[in-house]
Amino acid sequence: MSAAGSPGRLRRLAETGREPLSFHFDGVRLHALAGDTVLTGVLLSAGHLRKAEFGPERRAGFCLMGACQDCWIWQEDGPRLRACSTPLREGMRLLSGSPHYWPDPRS
Amino acid sequence: MSRVLIVGAGPAGMRAAETLARAGLVPIVVDEGARAGGQIYRRPPDGFIRPPKALYGAEAKKAAALHRMFEEMLRAGLITYHPQSSVLGFSGNTAQITGPEGMTAIGFDRLILATGAMDRLAPVPGWQHAGVYSLGAAQIALKAQGVALGRRIVLAGSGPLLTLVAHQLRKAGANVAAVLDTAPLSAQAVGGLRMAMARPLVTARGLAMRAGLGRLYHAGVRLDRIEAGDDGPCAMHWRDARNRSHVTPCDAVALGWHLQAETALTDLAGVAFDWSGTWAQWLPRADAEGRASGGVYLAGDGMGILGADGAEVAGRLAASACLADLGYAIPLRNRGRDMRRLARMRRFAGGVARAFPWPAEMIRNLPDSTVICRCEGITAGELGDTLPLAGAEANRVKSLGRIGMGRCQGRYCQRAGAELIAALAGIAPAQAGRLRAQPPVRPAPISLLCSETDNG
Ligand code: FES
Repeated sequence: MSAAGSPGRLRRLAETGREPLSFHFDGVRLHALAGDTVLTGVLLSAGHLRKAEFGPERRAGFCLMGACQDCWIWQEDGPRLRACSTPLREGMRLLSGSPHYWPDPRS
Repeated sequence: MSRVLIVGAGPAGMRAAETLARAGLVPIVVDEGARAGGQIYRRPPDGFIRPPKALYGAEAKKAAALHRMFEEMLRAGLITYHPQSSVLGFSGNTAQITGPEGMTAIGFDRLILATGAMDRLAPVPGWQHAGVYSLGAAQIALKAQGVALGRRIVLAGSGPLLTLVAHQLRKAGANVAAVLDTAPLSAQAVGGLRMAMARPLVTARGLAMRAGLGRLYHAGVRLDRIEAGDDGPCAMHWRDARNRSHVTPCDAVALGWHLQAETALTDLAGVAFDWSGTWAQWLPRADAEGRASGGVYLAGDGMGILGADGAEVAGRLAASACLADLGYAIPLRNRGRDMRRLARMRRFAGGVARAFPWPAEMIRNLPDSTVICRCEGITAGELGDTLPLAGAEANRVKSLGRIGMGRCQGRYCQRAGAELIAALAGIAPAQAGRLRAQPPVRPAPISLLCSETDNG
């Protein structure tokens, strides 16, 4: 994935020599680099992280410093996470909305 | 040995920790970052290779010195360090903390709060859309991740960060479409003079950066609205100082009006607050060294917006005050020098506040349909509707209209909310009251809180 050609909201300007990794967002396999946050990884390929709960618009984070809580998204199996302050890991399976079985009766 | 808990590992917290460690204490440092540095001297994750000069510009030496000092203390076991951890609240002299190991409780004898600051935000119609960020976010994205928030970015607001972020983004190869400063040139001239008298070099550096922006930069701007579609922003609508309308196409917007102290924990620790007309915000009450009430000490931007250099000095002073109160002898010569430095930082900060004022007028004229609470989409009109029942008091308006009750806990709407309440009721913003902080100050899963109670 070239820096300029990324289809998402963000644009990579530097630090492109890191190890590649892949993950899933809403079932689609995407690529990023080790050291990217979940927010960076998703938004390099997508336009948003989630839908707003109280309006028609979408959300893509706001402060990037853990203060606004705009960037919480779901994992297919596991707790929600704050995308701006969680490092992306190989194989993560992320969702822009809640999994259909939530709240999980198993937990 | 006395247990001193420091919250925050930015320049203030790091210098406080150093001062305590030198006196032989082993301070406990809790910080939300993965590595110490705070926002201003934030370090990228492992594997990133840009040198300090590329990340911190003229401040590279200071940043590197702080990072080195902290790493050395860590290696020598002089501090107990909890990175990626948030203090959620206090019960008496115990802090509840969540981090990688789940929930922990840490007891302390004295508390030093170096919680820093965040962007002070004013709502602009359309700011709820994906692709609108804070100015700080634009800087963090660049510094810590090497990314730009869009392909064509409009930066708007006011304050030193506006020019700095524009400069840094352009230098890194981002496309900045416009830099829109709501501060009129007249205010900037008066404030700028005070800034220059206190810190000529820093002021000159800022002016040079500003000059480098050339025709991208506009002063005395009024922001009308952010036009957005399904994919986020597509244009910023604004008027220049001569009231001519402009439309600047863009796919990202970053907003910020200088900074606002992060004071949720300070409030929960029982510190009193006073309204600061200069800063158009509530600031915690402390003496010149940062000594607040009840064994609590404050340092850095969480006490007042003095910037990174001021924070280093304030961190040393707060820790010295803490040591003195614990009965340690502290060298008076350093204290006098630091007090003089801090006074100079205060004069400079006063100039900054004057030069880049809070856009009260713009907020008072927002259309009723403007979203004020970004978390829950509550508009200026809905806020106004609560006033007949709630009265002109921020906490009551919050109870009835949910302004300040969303995910961010009022961090990004309370100043604008108070401004609107004041405008509608014909009172001063200070009279609209201050939103009380509520624990937990960061979100925490119920399961964590339950498990801690079980163990405790
Ligand atoms: S973007 Fe604000 S908390 Fe993540």
